Order: sequence, then C-alpha cells, then structure tokens
Amino acid sequence: MLTRRIIPCLDVRDGRVVKGVRFQGLRDVGDPVEQASRYEEQGADELVILDVSATPEGRATAADTVAAVRELLSIPLTVGGGVRQVADAERLLAAGADKVGVNTAAVERPGILTELADRTGAQCVVLALDAARREGDEGWEVVTRSGAHRTGLDAIAWARRAEQAGAGEILLTSWDRDGTGHGYDLELLAAISSAIRVPIIASGGASGVDHMREAFDAGADAVLAASIFHDGVMTVQQVKAMLAERGVEVRR
Amino acid sequence: MAPPDDPRPRVSIVATGVANTASVAAGFRRCGAEPVFIDDPASAQSADYLVLPGVGSFAAGMACLRERDLVGVIRDRVDEGRPTLAVCLGLQLLCESSEESPGVEGLAVVPARIERFPADVRAPQFGWNSVEPGPASRYVRAGYAYYANSYRLPAAPEGWAQATTVHASPFAAAIERGRVLACQFHPELSGRWGLALVKRWLQNGEEAPSC
Repeated sequence: MLTRRIIPCLDVRDGRVVKGVRFQGLRDVGDPVEQASRYEEQGADELVILDVSATPEGRATAADTVAAVRELLSIPLTVGGGVRQVADAERLLAAGADKVGVNTAAVERPGILTELADRTGAQCVVLALDAARREGDEGWEVVTRSGAHRTGLDAIAWARRAEQAGAGEILLTSWDRDGTGHGYDLELLAAISSAIRVPIIASGGASGVDHMREAFDAGADAVLAASIFHDGVMTVQQVKAMLAERGVEVRR
Repeated sequence: MAPPDDPRPRVSIVATGVANTASVAAGFRRCGAEPVFIDDPASAQSADYLVLPGVGSFAAGMACLRERDLVGVIRDRVDEGRPTLAVCLGLQLLCESSEESPGVEGLAVVPARIERFPADVRAPQFGWNSVEPGPASRYVRAGYAYYANSYRLPAAPEGWAQATTVHASPFAAAIERGRVLACQFHPELSGRWGLALVKRWLQNGEEAPSC
C-alpha cells in the first residue's frame, strides 16, 4: 500500500538553512547537508530544498548546496525557488535534484510547465501553489513573489490548469497558515484535492501530529513541515510513530 | 574497463540526456561504484555493468535509444543475462509496447505490455510502497521502495522472477533474470534498502555490507 509521506523542508539562503514566519524575519537554523542527512536517518520520505536567496550569487550557491546534499542523500530531493525558465530547472537537475518546483514563473507563464514536462517528464515537475483566502470573499487566490503579490487568480482553477499543463505534483501552501502553527488550511486542501488527480503535498501551519493526520484525512498525499523538525520539537521518527498510532499508513 | 588499481565497479549509465541522471550517478557513488555516462553501442556492449535509467515518455525513451543505435546491444545483453539494471521507464522500455505511446515498439526483450494505472487511483504514483519478493527473486528483498510512475507492468512473463507491489491492483515492482534486474521503483532513491539492492546486483546476489 502506498504510504503517506513526511517531507521536511529546508529553506536555504546563501548556503545556510533559515526559517521565518511568512517568509519574514529569517533566522539561521543550520547546515543543509547535516540536516538533510539527519532527516534521512530519522526516516524522512523525501526532502524539499527551497532556495530563498534574493541575489544571483545566492542562487549560484544553491546549486552547490544541492550537489553537496545529493552526494549523501538516498531519498528524493525536490528543489524550488527562483526557477524562471527551463534552463534554471535543468541546472538544478544537473546538480542532483530529482524534481523541480516552479511557482511565480508558472503563474506568469503557464507554458513553462508544459516545456518542463516535455523536457523532463511530468514526474519531475512540482507546481508550488501558494494560496490565500480572499479578503471578504469566498475561496482562495494565488499569491506569488513570496506573498507580496495577490494575483486574483482562483487557486482551484489554477491547480486544474497546472495539472493539464504538465505539473506532476502540487505543493500547496496556505499563505494564511504558514509558520503560524495553527494547522493546515483543511478546506483549501479538500477543495484542491477533489479538483485534481496528481498528488498533493500540504504545507503551511503544522505544529503537531494531529494537524498532519487532519491533512491526510482532507486528501493530502504528503505533508511538508519545517519548524516542527528544525526546532527539535519532534523527530521524523516520532512523528511517524504517532501517525501510525492514529491509523495513518507510513513507511517505518 | 576500470584500471586495475581501482577496485570500484565501473557502472555505465546510458545517457538519456534528460531529467535526474545526476541523481542516479550520485546513487551509484554511494554504493561504492564509479558511474560513467555512455551513449554508443560499443561502450554499452563492453560495459561490465550497464544501467538503463529513465524518466520521460515511452516514445521519447525509445527514440533516444534508436538515435544512439542502442536497441540491438541492450536486447542482446538482456537475452544473454549480462549485468544490466533498468530503472523505472527503463523497465518499461524492455517490454513490447506501452499504453502511453500506442504504435511505438519497445525493446521487446520482455514479452509484455505496459499499462496505465486505473483511472480511480492517484497517478503518478508518487511515494513509498511496500515490495514483496517472489520465490525466485535473488536480488530483491521485502521492504519499501520509492516510486514515481503512471504506468506499470501488470505481471512478469514466464521465465522472469517477479517482486510485487500493490497500487489499486498488484503489478511488477521488479523483474529479474540472470544478472538482469529491472525495477519499476527507483533504487537510488529508496534509502538504505535501495542501496543494499544495488550492491547485491553489483555483487551478484552476495549479501552487501551495510551502507
């Protein structure tokens, strides 16, 4: 039986792991290679590296970080952040990524998803979809540029379109919940899950195992978490043991 | 051939030019092998160990092998049971045809057809699923393997040992014959279990020291 995945996420800037709330107030929380190895050892099912560098120099460092992590990591590695064109994705794949996440560039030009899928196969293409609840309105809209830009684009319609365009998986982040510890946005998750067939990774808001179980019940195939692991609140192993107790199928 | 002073097995990976080949190469380094990329029939023929990786579509994969004139040599290696590892799409290419690319002929060294997962399950199948070896499996052991596939081989034909995974229904997780191992999952991404499997293939079934 296909198990539910637990995916630690490393936000990397200039070769170091950082973490903030809603992408603001970044603080240094460690060395990426060390953390990646530790998470694999603990039973992480995959690893995501998000390059949050703001400069071209920082972006160049990201490829080095990916290569260094890859030499030691024997689980799948998804890398996102700053992918604007096919060549950016190819650079990350050449450094050792297995999948590449695309966010803002896909919203601005959905054709990039098709170009990437044609070039690498849809299983290499992860759409990072950041969604926020509409102010005083029903539903969710897509936000880009680290939340600075509200696009007005309906999140559900965008997920459908991205799947058709070639996204093999969707990393769904609730902008309202990211870094808050209040749990995933379950309504958003259920709405997207019923609209598409490709797997969904839920992200943004988990502070405990019950939040993760709720996300799986709402239709997530995998959950992404950062703070909960970086802050040493729990190990991946502990999380999986507790999920198993709650009836969730996990790899142990 | 590896120089005599280099004890590492030299693994020749068919360069398909797409996707995560860097990740595949790193996986072989973690298994203590020396990966090299090749794209010509002579190198594929003389390779001690040949790896047919693969992501992308069935049609694109076959087009790549035809352009490089690799069809005959890979077919021969598999027929002769020489050390050959096919991964993911690589396994599918060994078969006769695939629902993914109607009308495209595969390597046809495994008499079977690749089919899509039924419409009522999540596809691609992304993630870790359990693998159950068959009575004749020499390399594959029980454990969890990492998958990224929308198509699969429903069952191994006669003469091939099959390990099995279930996603909606049972399918061939891996098939083995002689020193040929073809995996629908990605051994290089399947943690220690996957590395141990690659080492057993390299050492022809001998128990691998821990990674």
